[in-house]
Amino acid sequence: MGMFDYLANPARFQRLALIISPIAWMVFAVSLAAGLYFAFFNSPADYQQGETVRIMYIHVPSAWMALMAYCGMAVMAVFYLVWKHPLADIAARAMALPGAGFALICLITGSLWGRPMWGTWWVWDARLTSMLILLFLYIGYMVLVDSFDRDDRGGKAGSVLLLIGAVNIPIIKFSVDWWNTLHQGASVFRSGGPLIDSTMLVPLFLMALAALAWFIGITIMRMRTQLGHRRLLAMRGRAHG
Amino acid sequence: MAKLTPKAQRGLGLLAMAAVLGLATVLTLTALEDNVVYFYGPGELAEKPLDGRRIRVGGLVVDGSVERNGDSARFSVTDGDATVAIFYTGILPDLFREGQGIIAEGRYDGTSFEADVILAKHDESYMPKEVADVLKEKGVWQDDAN
Repeated sequence: MGMFDYLANPARFQRLALIISPIAWMVFAVSLAAGLYFAFFNSPADYQQGETVRIMYIHVPSAWMALMAYCGMAVMAVFYLVWKHPLADIAARAMALPGAGFALICLITGSLWGRPMWGTWWVWDARLTSMLILLFLYIGYMVLVDSFDRDDRGGKAGSVLLLIGAVNIPIIKFSVDWWNTLHQGASVFRSGGPLIDSTMLVPLFLMALAALAWFIGITIMRMRTQLGHRRLLAMRGRAHG
Repeated sequence: MAKLTPKAQRGLGLLAMAAVLGLATVLTLTALEDNVVYFYGPGELAEKPLDGRRIRVGGLVVDGSVERNGDSARFSVTDGDATVAIFYTGILPDLFREGQGIIAEGRYDGTSFEADVILAKHDESYMPKEVADVLKEKGVWQDDAN
């Protein structure tokens, strides 16, 4: 009987996915092309950083997406733990690898920027350290969910880890306000408005939109793959059972 | 009292867990305050014990305080309240200049700070050079490099 429930909502999801996917990929292609053009050819050098400012157009959207993906996973964890909906578990698992990728890109590009600007590749300040912890949370989650014989047990353990790790999200965001850090404070989402010139906000938001659209497209793709995989296993189980 | 459904029980359980976890995090971070802070301001330096440990001090380089002598430099750093003199030998980062936020790492002997690492702190303002020049011309430039 649970089987019907289980397949009913995924079927609805599949229909929705067929509508959202092409839109997401189209938005991705357009905003990435425009974003890269503005970021590299049609935006000014910074008065202090010079051309190095262009690293921001990759670094900042990656950082936002790393945080946003984790928030999405934490919401899915609540759905999974309270409503026990398998689709929520599948969604959280699908977001983990892209989220980890964004966190890694954020850390690498930040390091490349830090060397010429700050004079160091890495420091253990609150912002950098909490971002590194986020990458470890992603990796830990991916290892944990796959280390059980049954998907539901892995999903449950992973969801608990996600919710515990969620305390790190406000710490990352507000670390630069709460403590002295080498990392500068927020430039865009701050009280008093952005401190970035509009000529630089254009490529930044275009690249952020591209990153978001890619994330949505890839998450749906990974969810559909996982759904197909689980259905295949279920069919095989019935055939042999 | 009505009996809670299993769903509501699980939801309440999660809320309770979140509350305990949040409280534990706040208490831990408050207790660790001194270790989480990456640097102290010159004003806080006086309250720190002088046990020869390496510490970091950060602030704005005071205008007109930089004296270079070959490879070494001497300058003052301020947080608005207090000022500390810093000695450093080595290459200064590109962003180092008067009015800039910097962080010095080294030892403090009670009067002066002997630094062996200088890091430049970048501020949160991003603009093209032309805009910066116009702001300076108009006299509305704010050097809030921290």
